[in-house]
Amino acid sequence: MADAMLPLYFRKINMDLLITSYCHLHDNKVIVNDRLFFYQENILKFADFIKSVYKQENVNYPKFYKMDPISKVGFLAAELVLKQTTIEGYHPEKVGVVLSNSSSSLDTDIAHNETIKNRSSYFPSPSVFVYTLPNIVIGEICIKNKIKGENVFLISETFNGKLLCDYVNELFINERVEACLCGWVEVMGNNCNALMVLVEHAGRKQNEGVPGFKFLPFNAENLNLIITLN
Amino acid sequence: MDELINQLKKEVIEQLNLEEISPDDINPDSPLFGEGLGLDSIDALELIVLLEKNYGIKIQDPKDGKKVFHSIRTMAEYITEHKK
Amino acid sequence: MKPVCIVNDNIITSLGFTTAENIAAIKNGTIGIRTVDDPDLYPSPVQLSLIETDQLFSKFAEVLQHYKKVSPAASFTRLEKMFIISIYDALKGQPMIAGNPRTLLVISTTKGNINLLENRHRTTFSHKRLYLWELGRMIQTFFGFVNTPLIISNACISGVVALMTASRFLQSGAYDHAVVAGGDIASEFVISGFQSFQALSPAPCKPFDLNRTGLSLGEGCGTMVLTAIPEKNEEPCITIAGAATSNDANHISGPSRTGQELSNAINEAMKQASLDPAAIDYISTHGTATLFNDEMESKAIELCSLLEVPVNSFKGYWGHTLGAAGLIESIAAISSLKDNILYRSAGFETLGVQAPLNVISAIRKDQINICLKTASGFGGCNAAIIFQKD
Repeated sequence: MADAMLPLYFRKINMDLLITSYCHLHDNKVIVNDRLFFYQENILKFADFIKSVYKQENVNYPKFYKMDPISKVGFLAAELVLKQTTIEGYHPEKVGVVLSNSSSSLDTDIAHNETIKNRSSYFPSPSVFVYTLPNIVIGEICIKNKIKGENVFLISETFNGKLLCDYVNELFINERVEACLCGWVEVMGNNCNALMVLVEHAGRKQNEGVPGFKFLPFNAENLNLIITLN
Repeated sequence: MDELINQLKKEVIEQLNLEEISPDDINPDSPLFGEGLGLDSIDALELIVLLEKNYGIKIQDPKDGKKVFHSIRTMAEYITEHKK
Repeated sequence: MKPVCIVNDNIITSLGFTTAENIAAIKNGTIGIRTVDDPDLYPSPVQLSLIETDQLFSKFAEVLQHYKKVSPAASFTRLEKMFIISIYDALKGQPMIAGNPRTLLVISTTKGNINLLENRHRTTFSHKRLYLWELGRMIQTFFGFVNTPLIISNACISGVVALMTASRFLQSGAYDHAVVAGGDIASEFVISGFQSFQALSPAPCKPFDLNRTGLSLGEGCGTMVLTAIPEKNEEPCITIAGAATSNDANHISGPSRTGQELSNAINEAMKQASLDPAAIDYISTHGTATLFNDEMESKAIELCSLLEVPVNSFKGYWGHTLGAAGLIESIAAISSLKDNILYRSAGFETLGVQAPLNVISAIRKDQINICLKTASGFGGCNAAIIFQKD
């Protein structure tokens, strides 16, 4: 994005947006608001890792098992972010979801392609095909949390905190959202990296946070910090 | 018939990713849709694929699906009737 | 806020390679959807709207002549060729916009170069080309866009979201110009998937009709050039007056049973444009011709008190073009604004939705100043955008 953004930059300062809760899943590890929620060495398979996190999180949601890897990761990250806070005070239409990744739904695309590779066993599966769009994870998060506001899925080669901030800032400036989940949900084979944050207006936030975690100003630097430090 | 019913239970659990449900949890006469297993429209389409893939049976008219997929037993009966 | 003006546009579908060619075909009532029997696309015959390959190649060769330093034609995929031809045509007269550091390129696609997963393409193109950002980079490099393209992949509302996003970034002052392009190809990947959903119609699709039996897939590409700093002589200016998205929070594939959430997006777009329902002259709907989509849309239109407004769906002409749909259907709607002509909703004969929609059954002249475009898609997403003639 161009750097000539002076008007937006000024408004950004006035907006005073905060990261009021975050979750980072990466390398068999789950961090929620600076605290280690889950870690286990030597899990080699993504499926085993994400199932262990689901079990530990103790959310009873059988549909979880039907989801594709990206949806599983995004869903659990959103659950963990929202467990420590609440969005119930917001109107469902005023809560947004802005997610991004590098490979779109390629991991599941390959799975669907497997079902149509051979003409002798040609059985495309609707429950696989439906996940061959990156924004289905947004749908899953919205269904679970009754979120009905602005939603978009963006693609960038690598994590782009500035892109997310610019997009989410515009939503707040135009009064399209009062709270917004935003982040990065990337899964390819057994590798996954997901960051989910809840962004709220400093003056209108719904909770005072958990001990030991200080709200962070919502900006690209802090997003980059969370995704690289943890 | 009982053998087919047990086999079908396992196949439905696998095909529909009903991870936390065991074959014993499914009553062969209980409705598959509505309450209970929490199945939806995608699951219904997936059951059509299951019949085709595992038994070579094609449901031509989607409206037949409602009767066929009422319960595990109605599925078993349909398979017995239509298997080549 | 600065008004965002539409400077130029292009549509590529089975009906032609320019907006003018497509609109002329629609005027004549030409349907681009036909029975295609091609084992590379599906094991049995299927209804599709396809871009003619020989013509695509010769148009691309023409474009290449103006870009002599670029790699040979064979090094571009089918979709990349479509994007390049479309953007080239839309930039005619103002090619310098591409190299301007104050220009944003926005790409909308659902599946990108998904056909490269097929074995027969594996040796020709690198695996990297499956990534949507690499598709974006190919287009960026070809034209010399300065900024990294913004890539939106949000199911069937992608095209409308791309226009909305570009318009917001232009209004904020972040950029002066935006080139918004959307495209998707017909592929075995997508056809087999929709077939497994039993969503494909055995005959050309019939949006809102009593006898509709599902959607028809199509391939297409569209480009809109937007500016926040219009030149004085660019009149009459058509602007983006408001836009919004929403989510059903109901089901990942089935649309809302009430239409409430799409109506929320429409109401929000009208609010941003400071318009009440009576001001809307025409609605270009999503109108896929599946049972549930058309029913949901009609309910949303009723909830917004827009039942009297003439509506159509362009999908009866060129099918559902996925990531291109929001763009090319917006461009077609804008041509209605420019020419004051309402186009027939192809495939429609008898009303087949509960709410009494005013579906356009014959082409006619009408004064059109303000038009609404809607879209909905998998994942429960909805979008609405309003175009206004000053």
